[in-house]
Amino acid sequence: MKRVSTRAALVALSLAISGCVTINIYFPAAAAEKAADRIIDEVWQLKPDAATKEGERSR
Amino acid sequence: MSIQWKAALAAVALSVTLAQAQGNLEVNTPAISAVKSSMAQRHAQLAPLYASGAVGLKADGSLAVHDANAVPLAQRGKLNALVAAENGDRSTLYREIAAANGHPEWADDIRRTFAQRWIDKAPAGWWVESPGGWVRK
Repeated sequence: MKRVSTRAALVALSLAISGCVTINIYFPAAAAEKAADRIIDEVWQLKPDAATKEGERSR
Repeated sequence: MSIQWKAALAAVALSVTLAQAQGNLEVNTPAISAVKSSMAQRHAQLAPLYASGAVGLKADGSLAVHDANAVPLAQRGKLNALVAAENGDRSTLYREIAAANGHPEWADDIRRTFAQRWIDKAPAGWWVESPGGWVRK
């Protein structure tokens, strides 16, 4: 029993670690698009109160 | 609960937290704020130039002089200087966002993302570069 849970723990740990690595390697396109939209709104003043703090709250 | 399961659960919880942290890009650094406010100030001068067609949005995330004849001869030097300054700021912006997120190699991806969004969000009447050439939105 104890051997099984050790193995399960190792599997979960390796999955978790590989998940982190995967996330960090690939470009986060959706997050980049969201960031671009917020910055463009600020630069072009498309939304009257598009200050940084407003953007933070509405996310 | 065995110590192994606790460790496994902690690892899963950590990875979920990291995944959520990845849901947003870091864009609140002093360098990014500075370049944003510089661009926002310049926009007051650029807005009429976009509207007249003097300046257009390129497909690569930069600006270009689209129709220099839309501004009087005496102001063409200023037109070119504005476009050059804006393009400098935009390159800085893309580079700084990539750097702020620990991935300088993302700068080109960020440039491409912005290029698409600048064009998508441009109001009607502005000139934008499409694969087939300049078009008026």
